[in-house]
Amino acid sequence: MRTKKLLLTGAHRLAILTYIVFALFPLFWLLKVSVTPNDLLYTEGVRLWPSRTTFEHFEFVLTHSAFPVFFRNSLIVSGATAVVVTILASLSGYALSRFTFKGKYWIVALMLVTQMFPLVMLVAPIFKMLSPLGLTNSLTGLVIVYTAFNMPFATFLMQSFFDGIPKDLEEAAMIDGATQFMAFRQIILPLTLPGIAATLGFVFTAAWSELLFALMLISGNDAATFPVGLLTFVSKFAVDFGQMMAAGVLALIPACLFFLLIQRYLVQGLTAGAVKG
Amino acid sequence: MDATVITYDTRPDRRPLLQRIAHASEPYLYSAPALILIVAVMLVPLVLGISYAFRDIQILNPFSGGFIGLDHFRELSQDQSFYRALKNTLWWTGGSVLLQFVFGLILALLLDKPFYGRGLAQALVFLPWAVPTFLAGLNWAWLFNPVIGPLPHWLYALGILSEPNNILSDPQLAMWGPIVANVWWGIPFFAITLLAALQAIPRDLYEAAAIDGAGPAQRFMSITLPFLAPTIAITVLLRTVWISNFADLIVVMTNGGPADRTQIVASYIFTQAFKRLDFGYASAIALVLLVLLLVYSMLIVLLRQTLLNRG
Repeated sequence: MRTKKLLLTGAHRLAILTYIVFALFPLFWLLKVSVTPNDLLYTEGVRLWPSRTTFEHFEFVLTHSAFPVFFRNSLIVSGATAVVVTILASLSGYALSRFTFKGKYWIVALMLVTQMFPLVMLVAPIFKMLSPLGLTNSLTGLVIVYTAFNMPFATFLMQSFFDGIPKDLEEAAMIDGATQFMAFRQIILPLTLPGIAATLGFVFTAAWSELLFALMLISGNDAATFPVGLLTFVSKFAVDFGQMMAAGVLALIPACLFFLLIQRYLVQGLTAGAVKG
Repeated sequence: MDATVITYDTRPDRRPLLQRIAHASEPYLYSAPALILIVAVMLVPLVLGISYAFRDIQILNPFSGGFIGLDHFRELSQDQSFYRALKNTLWWTGGSVLLQFVFGLILALLLDKPFYGRGLAQALVFLPWAVPTFLAGLNWAWLFNPVIGPLPHWLYALGILSEPNNILSDPQLAMWGPIVANVWWGIPFFAITLLAALQAIPRDLYEAAAIDGAGPAQRFMSITLPFLAPTIAITVLLRTVWISNFADLIVVMTNGGPADRTQIVASYIFTQAFKRLDFGYASAIALVLLVLLLVYSMLIVLLRQTLLNRG
């Protein structure tokens, strides 16, 4: 009986370890190639770690390529999207959480519908709508599009965080003479800070990863975001693997930072989002 | 405007009314900015997109734009690439969802048991989900590249490949590349949702079953699975729809090639819009995809309803 239990525990830990290796190996390989000097790239192709490491690829990418511009563009687009979405979604999420009103059912239905249809369907019409407004090839255009795309999920997410806060708090404040909006801003919002952080993180990561609309709407290098820049770089100069992977590692940094920020709320947040959206 | 001024003058009890209006409109004021954006950037383009399907819209042709009725759909019914893309979509979606679900469920079951270092293990196995999809695609494309990646050599050593070649350029095997990348990236999503559902199962049920002499397999079949079933149904439904629309990995890894073997409907729409700038035809394909997905979703919902009614 004891040996059986020991064996089971061992198998359990081994399975977990396998999952961890599978999850991390591709990222490890990205890092490995990015620090491998060019002359060792092919001779030590399948070695797990090069005999000599270098940061020259990172240096080159940061000083001699357009990647700092792509990085900045992505940072602006994702940051602006995350901030705008979080502000607007906390307002709409609050409305869904605290009020009962006639249009509520329709608002929820509208937001659910937007989660169901293929976004590829919008590629052509959005391009046609934005181009006379001068919003193609512009970061503002991308921010507007990403903000709308992320709004429904963010609204449901914020709503579930508001639902977790007792109503008595703002009722007490309103008896003391505060308007509902004052109660919302001064009492409820500070209590929802973890939810706000999670929403910021989710939206930032989503905007940082978006590829298809960025490819369609952006044509020049000046307004290219990281995905577009990396992809054009790969299809044009698919030879310098060290540099490409160094750029890849750089693209990974903000996403991983935000992941660490939201990691705690992942199970809670995704469940709320998945059940409703 | 005038009317308000008049009521202002003649009716001293206007404040309660105005307050009532203000009170009734409050939730709408809160949700207005979000709604306006969603309508302007998602709903209006959706309607436009549906209308494009019946119009001749080519960006490089200034004389296009007229209504052409069902011409696009007639062309589509003859389009062999479309049928191939439809078949590839089934293969891509079915393979990805099944593997993601199976490995996600196993991972959720493994993480449901308390053990030392569970928090850290959970953070590490969920990490792929945070990797931007374009990067996940490139990362796996590089791993499959025999010049720079280890996978072809390992598969060769294991005897799975007869030569250490890039499977992404082999028409027979190419689809496995994006599927593997998708499974790697998507396991955390299933694991997270299923783990949350697992943790909601009351523990004393298991204890009672154990006292009654039920083995682990029996407990899994008669407690865990029935409790998970609603979550599984809704997650699989949502993921199926989502993955069949998910073209990023394919655009990045193979761009539909070799010989259209990895072209799914979503990437085909994107190619038509992006490369040929034929927005009318692209919208027609998108409309067909939308209808197919709606039919699928309704079938699943109906199936779930009948199952629930029987239970």
